[in-house]
Amino acid sequence: MSRTYNSIKYICLLAWSIFVVFPFLWALSTSFKDANAVTSGARYLPWVEFEPSIQGWQSLFASGSRGINIITPFFNSATVTLLASVISLILGTLAAYGLSRYNFKAGFIKNSDITFFFISQRIMPPIVLAIPFFLMLKEIRALDTIAGLVIVYIALLLPIAVWVMIDFFGSIPKELDEMAMIDGCTPIGAFFRVVLPNSLAGLVVAGMFCLIFGWNDFFFAFTLTFTETQLLPVAIVSLNSSVTPWWSLSAFALISVTPLALVAIVVERFMSRGSLAGAFR
Amino acid sequence: MLTLQNLTTQHPKLPLCGLDATFEPGKIYTILGRTGAGKTELLRTLIGLDPISEGAVHLDGKNLDRTPIRARQMAMVYQQFINYPHLDVLDNVAFPLRRQKVDKATAIARAREALDLVGLAEFEARKPSELSGGQQQRVALARAIVKHARILLMDEPLANLDYKLREQLREEFPRLLEKNSDGIILYTTTEPGEAMQLGDELIVMHGGRIVAKGDPAALFENPPSIEVAQVISDPPISICDGKISGGELFFSDGSAVGATSLKIGADGAVKIGIRPDALTIGGDISAQVTLAEFSGSDTIVHLRLPFGEAVMLVDGIREYSPGDAFDVSLETDALLLFSQAGENITERTA
Repeated sequence: MSRTYNSIKYICLLAWSIFVVFPFLWALSTSFKDANAVTSGARYLPWVEFEPSIQGWQSLFASGSRGINIITPFFNSATVTLLASVISLILGTLAAYGLSRYNFKAGFIKNSDITFFFISQRIMPPIVLAIPFFLMLKEIRALDTIAGLVIVYIALLLPIAVWVMIDFFGSIPKELDEMAMIDGCTPIGAFFRVVLPNSLAGLVVAGMFCLIFGWNDFFFAFTLTFTETQLLPVAIVSLNSSVTPWWSLSAFALISVTPLALVAIVVERFMSRGSLAGAFR
Repeated sequence: MLTLQNLTTQHPKLPLCGLDATFEPGKIYTILGRTGAGKTELLRTLIGLDPISEGAVHLDGKNLDRTPIRARQMAMVYQQFINYPHLDVLDNVAFPLRRQKVDKATAIARAREALDLVGLAEFEARKPSELSGGQQQRVALARAIVKHARILLMDEPLANLDYKLREQLREEFPRLLEKNSDGIILYTTTEPGEAMQLGDELIVMHGGRIVAKGDPAALFENPPSIEVAQVISDPPISICDGKISGGELFFSDGSAVGATSLKIGADGAVKIGIRPDALTIGGDISAQVTLAEFSGSDTIVHLRLPFGEAVMLVDGIREYSPGDAFDVSLETDALLLFSQAGENITERTA
């Protein structure tokens, strides 16, 4: 019974793994092909079915008309995503802690309304925000700049950070903060010395979401920039497949997913060591 | 000396209503009350976690109203096992000392001493989550006593432990609390036995009020009111209606209580308190079992008597089922008399 069950389980997992990994393997294989290998039918195994070539990878870093210039969009994306994620995480964590521990009341507005206000920004379709953001950035002369994109991304990522962290702080007993204050901490000290170190798992999850949403966003990166500040998703889309070779496109795509994959691997290892496991009974 | 002056709070669930009390150093005060009596609210208010709406708390004459929690010279042990999950046991215990700016070496030495006292010296490198419930509560206790706080508040510290651990820690408490012997210890509990065993003085709370304060044995012998009588005894004292007529005491069914050492006062309706051990099997009062439950090595039998409901404590484990009928006798000298308003009016002949 258990052997049959295990067999079925592993077959299903294997099928799913192939389904998930196949596009990446295909892209990886294509990135090492040349024109002949790409156009002469389905070939997957380097050295066996085709002779690998690194011209796809070389073109990403070559300058002039042969080059695609991935470096500038890559660093633009990294700067915008990291800055916006870190600022959102800091502001979002502080806001979430306040909302989870203190009762705010201004007329009919209470904690739940403030929380909903944050989350509602993600409920709205992005197109609704595009024109106001465009006009606001134009007003402060931040259109087509890194700073402008960071401001917009903070507005987009903050709700995610608040949402995840409110839920996480809710799972940490209030008595822990109280005990820290009894033991000699100020309220701020209790947050930094006790609550925050025990919120590592929440911070990692919120940070991951911020990085993923920031890194992958195309819509605002497209509508709020022209030519000066290009982010990676826009750079990929702007590559014309009739002009840019498939092997270069594949290499470009792989580079664009690598940072998030690396972050996921590091976080997964971190979590599997139990460092993030909750320790409350 | 800690003084409560008309201490009143507006806690949404359970406000404290005008508490007045004085606590002297070197004594253990046990605060006894049922769930919802206001014990935890009192401790939280003393330490500054809940606001005072009226009245004041004074420590050596100084009003603590504007004193922040961290400066109140108090320590607290919660009912839940509250420890810092990210720190190991040694750092947990040293935490309050480090916040007091005690140098690291001294803090560690004192933390080790406290851990030794609670029997956890060999677990100092573990995380709290790697300990059992009893050990976790010992860590919390070590962290509370290591500060040498002037006031140690213990909020039902044994409530979440199993029976065996509870018994063990309860026996150890007097030794563990010696470190704080010059301080004031306030210990809340719902268990009368624990309150009697640990307290130099007993405070009984009910509905956010202090309803009795005094020597534990004296309060047990002569509870000032029905509220106190029902809280201070486990199982609780049963209350039946009765009346005094012509110098004799009768139950509500008209049967006479008979010979008793109670002084019988003026005619009128009264309430009669029956201690659980005042009823014994065999006698002339017919009884029917409504419920039987075991408590440790005793059996608590709920009975329907001709004059009302009562609880009887029987030594040993006995199998009774609802509906079982037998006769019981009543030790009339152990009865308590209360006025209709619930005040103790028991007087005994010499």
